[in-house]
Amino acid sequence: MSAHSINAPSSRQKWIAGSLVVVYALVTMIPLVWIMLTGFKSPADAISYPPKWVFDPTLEGYVNLFTTRTRQTQEFLAANPPQHWADEIVRQYDMVIVGPSKFGERFLNSVIIGFGSTFLSVFLGTLAAYAFSRFKIPLADDLLFFILSTRMMPPIAVAIPIFLMYRNLGLSDTHLGMIFLYTAVNISLAVWLLKGFIDEIPREYEEAALIDGYTRFQAFRKVVLPQAATGIASTAVFCLIFAWNEYAFAVLLTSATAQTAPPFIPTIIGIGGLDWPAVAAGATIFLLPVMIFTILLRKHLLRGITFGAVRK
Amino acid sequence: MAEVQLSNVSKSFGKTNALIDMDLTVPDGAFVVLLGPTGAGKTTTLRLIAGLETADTGEIRIGGDVVNGLTPSQRDVAMVFQQYSLYPHMTVRENLAFPLRSPILKTPEAEIANLVQRVADVLHIPHKLDNKATELSGGEMQRVSIGRALVRDPQVYLMDEPLSSLDAKLRADLRLELKRIHAELAATLLYVTHDQIEALTMASHVGVLDHGRLVQFGNPREIYENPNTAYVAARLGQPRINLLPVGLLEDHAPPGAARVGLRPENIRQGDGRDATVTRVEHLGDQTRLHLKLGNHDVVTLTDPHSTLAPGEILRIAAQNPIFFDAEGNRVT
Repeated sequence: MSAHSINAPSSRQKWIAGSLVVVYALVTMIPLVWIMLTGFKSPADAISYPPKWVFDPTLEGYVNLFTTRTRQTQEFLAANPPQHWADEIVRQYDMVIVGPSKFGERFLNSVIIGFGSTFLSVFLGTLAAYAFSRFKIPLADDLLFFILSTRMMPPIAVAIPIFLMYRNLGLSDTHLGMIFLYTAVNISLAVWLLKGFIDEIPREYEEAALIDGYTRFQAFRKVVLPQAATGIASTAVFCLIFAWNEYAFAVLLTSATAQTAPPFIPTIIGIGGLDWPAVAAGATIFLLPVMIFTILLRKHLLRGITFGAVRK
Repeated sequence: MAEVQLSNVSKSFGKTNALIDMDLTVPDGAFVVLLGPTGAGKTTTLRLIAGLETADTGEIRIGGDVVNGLTPSQRDVAMVFQQYSLYPHMTVRENLAFPLRSPILKTPEAEIANLVQRVADVLHIPHKLDNKATELSGGEMQRVSIGRALVRDPQVYLMDEPLSSLDAKLRADLRLELKRIHAELAATLLYVTHDQIEALTMASHVGVLDHGRLVQFGNPREIYENPNTAYVAARLGQPRINLLPVGLLEDHAPPGAARVGLRPENIRQGDGRDATVTRVEHLGDQTRLHLKLGNHDVVTLTDPHSTLAPGEILRIAAQNPIFFDAEGNRVT
């Protein structure tokens, strides 16, 4: 609030506004908290009714998520004492760990494809947005509309043609194929968002850099990019969230090598009954990268929201 | 430092002719001020010389070499912009060092430190060197952006209304500062303004622009005393020149003269025609007398202790009149 503000909020108003925000935050966070808690419950606690807020935490869900296990005879179990803490956890069900599950791999696929396509979308998007913002491009408005129009139908509407095309090109179930696909979907958003941000950066800065002895590209890198950091960060978050959460194409186009986490997590439900703690553990871990990414970029995001509204 | 020469340069943006057949020579070591209202083509002239715009026709030479096809960095010019002049993500020091670090100059770091310090001392900002550019006041920002030009030793300094966003005191200080820098460096300076005081106090030459044409070029005194046109006459002088129909005060007009220009200081009081005092303005350094002569307003200067009051009658006569024809061109 500036000194010129006609009606600065009183402490009472601030208190009410603060309480409302806290209540709203709690309500929206309950599902997340519940998922995180369930990840540390035993299967029995996870489905107990009424739901338990207080329980004995266990890493069972996480162990089940990351391992494959088999049931063994008592003789076998007696002859082979547990090797480590994870082994001990599964012994209570007369099981032994026989190897890692596919979750690690799938999670890694998500990271490669999610961050790969985000990087590519933002990289190409920044260059295109800069060109649209600064140069006289013939039919620029039509091109921009065309780019936007790719977003006008749900991507899944073109699933079958893409499926056939990918099969013929050998891109099905490959990391590269998924990175290209998510980039294609994200690039329109990236170009439009970034064009808005770059339009806000006065040209005088680049002109000053040109006169200061730099080439157009150097001026772009040293003067435009640092000032567009805010826009690039928010665009990256949007792109990552889409690529990270995408489910339909992932189900259709990936099955093994390049399968991402979203189509994999539901399959955990099928392994040995409804293992909710393992599903919750998977969901929790799946949440983390986007959460960390967003928290790391939060300063830029906040500036991004007010960007353009406040002129310096 | 070098001479800058524009011959027959034209530039249009769409249907607007920003510059029409411009011929201008900025002599080596001169301080040339381009004067004119908004839209006269002053900034376009600077941008053409800097290489930020390309001329439609004509030739631009810097130090005798044609630079038409060259990029801004190849032309080796420094420019101070009217606004948005500092890189906001850098400190003052980084801003000042930026041109020195360019791939063209590649100055050694030790020398950069020296040059930056020297410029900071000249502009009285050494204590601000490690501030972010956005943490400065308007005046400090503008000094830094002038500094960013001064750290270099270019062919020519181009300045686009660098003082227009500053308060009066700072503007006066920086005017002196620029004049001093010009004298010390023997630099070639092309300076754009619509402020006649800046033009008169700093310039070795003044060029007056009107709708994309250079209408007069000469030293400030010459332009003030011998304007080519009524337009030029009206650009210099505070209060502005009085433009009256011929025959009102002056009876010996040359043939073809339609209007007579009288500088406020060229109106003699005490004899001649009767005029009515309408207003007396005490401005401290001068006292302006607003008169009504027939249907025409006339402004002149008077003694600060004048006791004249509105409604009083005063006799006035012309002195050193300048005559213009119906189009505003000078008639002698």
